[in-house]
Amino acid sequence: MSTTVDIPRFVRAKQVEALPPPNLARGPIAWVRENLFSGPFNTLLTLVVFYLLYVSVPPLVKFLFIDAVWSGTDRAACRADMGGSETGACWAFIREKLGYFTYGSYTVSERWRVDIFFALLAIGVGWLLWLKAPRRDLGAVYFFWLFPILSYILLTGGNSDFSGRFWIGFLIFGVLLIALFAFVAAILKTSLRPALIIAGGIVAVIGITLALMDIDFGLRHVPTSLWGGILVTLLVATVGIVFSLPFGILLALGRRSKLPIVRMASVIFIEFVRGVPLITVLIMANTMLPLFLPGDMTVDRLLRPLIGTALFASAYMAEVVRGGLQAMPKGQYEGAMSLGLNYPQMMILIILPQALRIVIPGIVNTFIGLFKDTSLVAIVGIFDVVKTIEASRIDPNWAAPTIGLTGYAFAALFYFIFCFGMSRYSLGVERRLAAGQKR
Amino acid sequence: MELLGEYTSMKKALISIAFGLTASLLATGASAQATLNSVKQKGFLTCGSNTGLAGFGLPDAQGNWTGLDVDLCRAIAAAIFDDPSKVRYIPLAAKDRFTALQSGEVDVLSRNSTMTMSRDTQLGLDFPAINYFDGQGFMVRKKLGVSSAKELNGASICTQQGTTTELNLADYFRANNMKYEVVAFATSDETFKAYDAGRCDAFTTDASGLYAERLRASAPDDHIVLPEIISKEPLGPAVRHGDNQWGDIVRWAHNAMLNAEELGVTKANVDQMKGSDNPEIKRLLGTEGKFGEAVGLTNDWAYRIIKHVGNYAEVFEKNVGEGSKLKIKRGQNALWTKGGLQYGMPIR
Amino acid sequence: MQTVVSQTSPPKKSILYDPKVRGVFYQVLLVAIVGYLFWIAATNAIENLQRAKIASGFGFLNNTAGFDISQTLIQFSAAGSDYGDAFVVGLLNTLIVSAIGIFFTTILGFLIGIARLSRNWMVAKVAMVYVETLRNIPLLVQLLFWYIAVLGPLPQPRNSIEMGAGFFLNSRGLFMARPVYTADAWAIPAALVIGLVGSFIYRRWAKAQQERTGRQSPVGLVTLGLVLGLPILTWIVLAIMGANPISFELPRKGTFNLTGGMQILPEFVALLLGLTTYTAAFIAEVVRAGILAVSKGQTEAAGSLGLKPGQTLRLVVIPQAMRVIIPPLTSQYLNLTKNSSLAVAIGYPDLVQVFMGTVLNQTGQAIEVVVITMGVYLTISLVTSALMNIYNRRVAIVER
Repeated sequence: MSTTVDIPRFVRAKQVEALPPPNLARGPIAWVRENLFSGPFNTLLTLVVFYLLYVSVPPLVKFLFIDAVWSGTDRAACRADMGGSETGACWAFIREKLGYFTYGSYTVSERWRVDIFFALLAIGVGWLLWLKAPRRDLGAVYFFWLFPILSYILLTGGNSDFSGRFWIGFLIFGVLLIALFAFVAAILKTSLRPALIIAGGIVAVIGITLALMDIDFGLRHVPTSLWGGILVTLLVATVGIVFSLPFGILLALGRRSKLPIVRMASVIFIEFVRGVPLITVLIMANTMLPLFLPGDMTVDRLLRPLIGTALFASAYMAEVVRGGLQAMPKGQYEGAMSLGLNYPQMMILIILPQALRIVIPGIVNTFIGLFKDTSLVAIVGIFDVVKTIEASRIDPNWAAPTIGLTGYAFAALFYFIFCFGMSRYSLGVERRLAAGQKR
Repeated sequence: MELLGEYTSMKKALISIAFGLTASLLATGASAQATLNSVKQKGFLTCGSNTGLAGFGLPDAQGNWTGLDVDLCRAIAAAIFDDPSKVRYIPLAAKDRFTALQSGEVDVLSRNSTMTMSRDTQLGLDFPAINYFDGQGFMVRKKLGVSSAKELNGASICTQQGTTTELNLADYFRANNMKYEVVAFATSDETFKAYDAGRCDAFTTDASGLYAERLRASAPDDHIVLPEIISKEPLGPAVRHGDNQWGDIVRWAHNAMLNAEELGVTKANVDQMKGSDNPEIKRLLGTEGKFGEAVGLTNDWAYRIIKHVGNYAEVFEKNVGEGSKLKIKRGQNALWTKGGLQYGMPIR
Repeated sequence: MQTVVSQTSPPKKSILYDPKVRGVFYQVLLVAIVGYLFWIAATNAIENLQRAKIASGFGFLNNTAGFDISQTLIQFSAAGSDYGDAFVVGLLNTLIVSAIGIFFTTILGFLIGIARLSRNWMVAKVAMVYVETLRNIPLLVQLLFWYIAVLGPLPQPRNSIEMGAGFFLNSRGLFMARPVYTADAWAIPAALVIGLVGSFIYRRWAKAQQERTGRQSPVGLVTLGLVLGLPILTWIVLAIMGANPISFELPRKGTFNLTGGMQILPEFVALLLGLTTYTAAFIAEVVRAGILAVSKGQTEAAGSLGLKPGQTLRLVVIPQAMRVIIPPLTSQYLNLTKNSSLAVAIGYPDLVQVFMGTVLNQTGQAIEVVVITMGVYLTISLVTSALMNIYNRRVAIVER
């Protein structure tokens, strides 16, 4: 357009300062008007909510912080008749019992081992959950193999003391397994090398695991009946996730299989477990499992609920993974097949990495459920966080009116921090994944 | 479909692992053998104990157990290993205790369990000895002003489920034509805490348990134990039915402690008594006869028990009697010579 | 393992490569392994039971129970009832707490779910805090909190809190007046039936009229009047005529407890409160997701038709959202029912507490008791999901 202007007209030479927005359309007052008092009904709602908050929040803050008792060595601090205060939470009780809530009755001089376990767990979880962490495949090996073995050795003291006969038996088993693989490879007329590598690998992994468990590291044996508190809660949850993820994947694959019996077996297992409450599974593991084992073979009391929760979680995990498998477009399967991959290769290399990625939020949500459900082991007499609190509550040294409430506040806080953290993480991943899908 | 027909190596690998593990598990679960041998082989005794009942079986903060029932386990360990510390305690809730014994998880259940005919004949258990004669009683708050169990008509009563207590309670109120509201909990802790918090007017369990639990009340002096005893509760150790040798060991471990009391052999004077001329003491301490070998132990088995654990009176006084917080009188548990029911079978 | 190389070689006609044969082989292998494990378990169980001399079979259900239960919906006594009756008592207790819980949690859950989407900032935030808090704390902790920390410190019966109208609250529960019916009381349910039938007919008439003329009738008010008003009117009329059909028996203070009247156990209250508030948090999320799933265009279209926001929610959004909401809602109902088994932790006599607790301990027949209990839950859940499948098929959008 031409820039020369010769027609006389009014042109403002300078831009006018923008007028301030009307007070009632922007700013805090308008926001309040818009969001809180936009009509009579809304105003009423706001007032009702304010009233509810006024009734509930100040007493809560007063109880938890202002009137709380922070230090003391026994119940006197939290009983009015003994000169203490009983209107607020008795945090002194939590401080005094924190060791018990964390380790249970775990031998005091050996508690550093539990601390190392916590650290190892944190490393594993961080490695796997931080999506940008280097070598997450190694992380998986660490979390699902090395970490369980190390934890076993650290917590129990290792030194399982297998007999010579056991090792001879294992040797025979190893040779037989390799022979079996070689034999199968021979009939199928495929090359021998991969078969031998797989068989050898299996034997080596089991062998190393058993050998590590057998070596005497000079750690004192700590029987599981002494374990308790946060240690047990985290342990049950960890075993649940370490076991339920692989087993859940297998179940999900089984449920999607074209082989009718495999599919039926998976469906029956999944639906059965999802149809009954966890507590009945735990009671079953406690009372029925010993009957199904030969005469004098017994299962550790802590191991039973571990098996129960792990099986229980696998069924839920299987449904989450199945969702991921179903969401995979058919082209992925067809593409993999057209490359000549066989079933395991197709699943391991193509389908599962993608399917598992999209269900990370679902997996984390299942894990949150599992983490909360670990509290149920308290009902079958395992000393997890809830049970240690219950047990401390009846300690006559701390008999005071606010002990129960304080204990539950502590438990609630403990679970809330973990579960809320995990749910935020899952939301974050969900958002990231969604961003990746957007064009 | 092609690809799914190719189910596999993965599955195959898994199956072989499963097989291998099952095989190895079965291998470690050694074949059935007598309890004594397996205890000797393990090098320790597993003892099913109470989850925590003062005077009978209670762990302290360091995990050391004390109590009358615990001392019986220590006595058995002393007889076998000459070392009362070779015991591992497995705390068992009332509802788990018999399964734990049946499944072989514990070698002996020494956990104030009542001997009844159905338990003896239908649950596959044997009760080789009675180490405490008890009966069920009631505890109430003093301020209720109740002085007899007969006045409890209409009361709420806290009890632990799955015990003989629960059944006796129903019988007693029915027999006396009284009404009550039962509030049953799964564990003794929950039951007592509910009573302490005022959920019930009365709390019922074995009389010894009442005294023990009262110590845990927020104000122990506010509660009284009513005089009525409404049932017979012979409490004793239990073993699996069928292993008679093991049952014998448990039976005679208890009887050795009773005989020692009768004969005046104590922890302190047992070494001195070894030189005694009294044939009964000689048989007890193994200087005469081969009574120990007959049950697969050494002949000084009873000496070991008394040396390490003490005689019945010592154990009783230390754990539940005057030397303890419970301050229970000997009563029915006095020796037969003093009007009680404890009667040491002769070692002969 | 088969390698890529071997597949590029010319195909061999071996039956080992036939996918069908392989499929059969693997399945036979699976059956063999599972069968073997079952067989081992069964033989071990039989051997263990025989060795331990534990009775087996379901005959124990006919044995006298010998214990009492605190809350029984059917006649139950230690002497006159057997273990089978105890099972029924436990089952009914589970069902009643679940049914009442489902009723309240639905109301609370919908309210909070809608509140989370409210344009009122305060309301939405408070609803969010509620959901996040309750969802992330285990139900067991919440139950213990309600039972021990909230209901525990209530006063002893002698100092009951009098709430008026025959309601008393103390550490033994909530006591209220119990209605006592006389012979004339049949008139009230009869009036209720008449009211129901009347309102049904009116509803049909109103609908027909609206379709014919477009005029709306006050269906809600009339229904309310007929269903509630008619029985109340009957009662008042009868009372005026001097034949009061219902009188109330008030709880009185006895030596220990309040006697007479109706008693609701604190264990029941705690369980109900816990289940209701916990499940409501999940239902709120389900409802929110369902409403968000209805496209905004629907709301806008409804607005442009001149519907008020309330009408839009009621007539346009909710009916469509229900399609999304109902399946997960049912699974929340199932969860609530299954979670009611946590009753065992606070001593409410539900199925698990009575049957898997007391009966299992008194009889020692673990296998039978566990099988029966699990069977009950399994049946409930399978029947529900079967019904759900039928429903889903009916409401599925028929696409062109």
